[in-house]
Amino acid sequence: MATFILQRLSQALFVLLAAALASFVLLRYVGDPVNNMVGQAASLTEREAMRQALGLDQPVILQFAEFLRDAATGDLGVSYRFGIPVSKLLMERLPATLELSVCAMLIATLLGVPLGVWTALHRGSVVSHVLLAASLIGVALPTFLIGIVLILIFSVWLGWLPSFGRGTTVALGHSWTTGLLTVSGLKALVLPSLTLGLFQMTLIMRLVRAEMLEVLRTDYIKFARARGLPEATINYDHALRNTLIPVITVIGLQFGNIFAFSIVVETVFQWPGLGLLVIQSIQFADVPLLASYLVLIALGFALINLAADLLYVAIDPRVRADTTLARTVS
Amino acid sequence: MSRIRFLCLSLMLALLACEAQAKTFRYAYRVDPASLDPHALAETFTLSWLGQVYEPLVGRGKNLELVPALALKWEQPDPKIWRMYLRPNVKFHNGEPFTADDVVFSIGRMKAEGSDMGYTFSTVTAVRKIDDLTVDLVMDKPNPILPMQTTSSYIMSKSWAEANGAAKPASVKNKVENFATNNADGTGPFKISSRQVGVKTMLVPNEAWWGPKEHNLTEVAFTPIQSDATRVAALLSGELDMVYPIPQQDVARVNATGKHSVLTGFELRTMFLNMDQKRDELLESNVKGKNPFKDKRVRQAVYQAIDMDAIRTRIMGGTSHVAGTMVAPGVNGYDAKLDVRLPFDPDASKKLLTEAGYPTGFEIGMDCPNDRYVNDEKICQAIVGMLARVGIKANLLAQTRTKYFEKILSRNTTFSLLGWQPLSYDAHSTLQDVINTPREKVGTYNVGSFSNPRIDQLTDMIETEIDPAKRQALISEALSIHKAEIGHIPLHQAGLAWGVRKGVSVVLRNDDSLELRRVKVED
Repeated sequence: MATFILQRLSQALFVLLAAALASFVLLRYVGDPVNNMVGQAASLTEREAMRQALGLDQPVILQFAEFLRDAATGDLGVSYRFGIPVSKLLMERLPATLELSVCAMLIATLLGVPLGVWTALHRGSVVSHVLLAASLIGVALPTFLIGIVLILIFSVWLGWLPSFGRGTTVALGHSWTTGLLTVSGLKALVLPSLTLGLFQMTLIMRLVRAEMLEVLRTDYIKFARARGLPEATINYDHALRNTLIPVITVIGLQFGNIFAFSIVVETVFQWPGLGLLVIQSIQFADVPLLASYLVLIALGFALINLAADLLYVAIDPRVRADTTLARTVS
Repeated sequence: MSRIRFLCLSLMLALLACEAQAKTFRYAYRVDPASLDPHALAETFTLSWLGQVYEPLVGRGKNLELVPALALKWEQPDPKIWRMYLRPNVKFHNGEPFTADDVVFSIGRMKAEGSDMGYTFSTVTAVRKIDDLTVDLVMDKPNPILPMQTTSSYIMSKSWAEANGAAKPASVKNKVENFATNNADGTGPFKISSRQVGVKTMLVPNEAWWGPKEHNLTEVAFTPIQSDATRVAALLSGELDMVYPIPQQDVARVNATGKHSVLTGFELRTMFLNMDQKRDELLESNVKGKNPFKDKRVRQAVYQAIDMDAIRTRIMGGTSHVAGTMVAPGVNGYDAKLDVRLPFDPDASKKLLTEAGYPTGFEIGMDCPNDRYVNDEKICQAIVGMLARVGIKANLLAQTRTKYFEKILSRNTTFSLLGWQPLSYDAHSTLQDVINTPREKVGTYNVGSFSNPRIDQLTDMIETEIDPAKRQALISEALSIHKAEIGHIPLHQAGLAWGVRKGVSVVLRNDDSLELRRVKVED
């Protein structure tokens, strides 16, 4: 088991290095940050001096080596745009994004699963047709449009919910801020998390429905019916439980996606999280911040995958057998 | 019992009174100020925003005229000296008095390595403290516009900066955070009460400020909102009292609510087109062996093929000011006689092209930013269409500003759109940075390398001419040579649009600066 974890950890490390290198190479193409960092009065020689001072005239591979060396000591550099250490900026913005993604995922799961079950059980009913058609809209409409429409309805017309920002936040401990403890913070969370969770919700709903329909067709459900078990027991105890295994896997992976791709929603709602920070940094070509962010996201995905792998080992005896087998063979 | 009730009642009344007096002004702009360090980045918005907190020696009034700020008056006892008489009894936000030492220190800081504001005092060779409230700025040669050049050069507290390790300006080059990046200690009418970078900044009035109180605010909340749609929505929903800029397409909608209005004006930034007039063969063109832009007839053909009135009505929503010269109204040195465009005349264009030897036109590359200026990409697309009608095929490359400036500042461009707002509000900046022959520190943004020795010579004379009338004549001469030569093609000044809730009064300055000290919230 320890070998298995070590093996996976070294793979994750390799993924991280590869992601860092790829992001560094890609960042060569976001443009020249120097022109954003000096005013219009700076002469071309002053700009060149700035470029040299930042090491931007060095070959990519040298810049990458320097980044790795500093990162290994925990120093991610100073943001070109904000003049603040990158690690401090990322930590400041992380709570907002985490709260938003967790809420979005909760909405998606808590609505998606019951709706999926219901549409599977009431196949052919008018309501379930309407729900499925509506879910197509959720899949088809771009996120930013949904966000803007929600703002128009709930902020501009009805005036119920704020159109931007995170409301009043409360500091928890040294570096965590939360909007979950204030009324304005909770209100501010509604529209962005709904917008972000909508696509995942429709995805989960459709997945649950499809899985459920499949399970309902299997023999053991027929036998359960033949035994005269109550309908509710069959549906929720036997069918739903077996449906959920693939659904949980997908939810885990989608959480990574929600976290990484909250960029659009954060921009529309001026949500002060990592996504907003990143979109501003791309426009500014803030290389240290972008590289660190991409590595952080890669780390997140690597950890989620590692957790999933470990869960499989715990749940599925066959995976365990494979690893023991692999060990005996080698 | 009744006493307790009385106490409760009076407490409630007191709270109510407080509630009624609290005037919070909530506003949003597109971006956050890049830094709170007033010497870190010479960028228009950052400097104008910091003007709430920090003050220059000589400031700007509602109509951009020079007004006393930390200097009560300024005079030239000698053409090579500017003497500043400082305002007495001024205190920094931390309570320390403002003296000549702070001026000497701040100018030194601006001229130091890592500062982006050094250019404003580049002509000053020595700063002499005469007494606690008098400072002499000494120059090698006369500089009549020094007060104009330094209206965004803010004075910091020497003791505060030194005590907090911020004696040197914040620069990313140093790879450490500077205390002044997110903290401020100025003399301005407002002070920072809290700041979360890129999210929210709270300000409170500086009750000890020296000037008359024109505002009635007790608190100010500033938020950057990047998305245009969200910014407008936040105003319309009543969450904010004022937002800017309002996108051109939303101006009518905001005005139509009856609860909001849009204030308009013209930018001080002139938009224009660069043409490469240096290379013997253009980089991106099908004309080989020669450079068509070296021929004035071709430049004029391009000029007369562009219908700026159409761009004004179709793209700019009728809010722009069509430009015939390179400096905007409101900029010192502006000459209304020059602000007349050559007529839009595609037939004349075709004739000129035929005369120049291009009867069937030619093909060129065109560079344009898509996130820097108001409707930048749309303007370029319109110009491409207009040029096509006279036979010039422009291949447009519109990209994000970072990529765009990288390309044009390395001079790898043939034909491009650019804008210039003189930071000194004086035509000299346009002449020096955009029109003069490129050389060290001069002509940095003259990416087409237009060159005219007489204009270069005039620019040097303008720099040192003290007599305002003579100086204006020199500026007009330089600008009219440029106009006759068609060194660049001026296009327009875009409209400014500020969205304001009814019951809130603000003063729109044509440099797009909002001054909190003139904001009133009525209800």
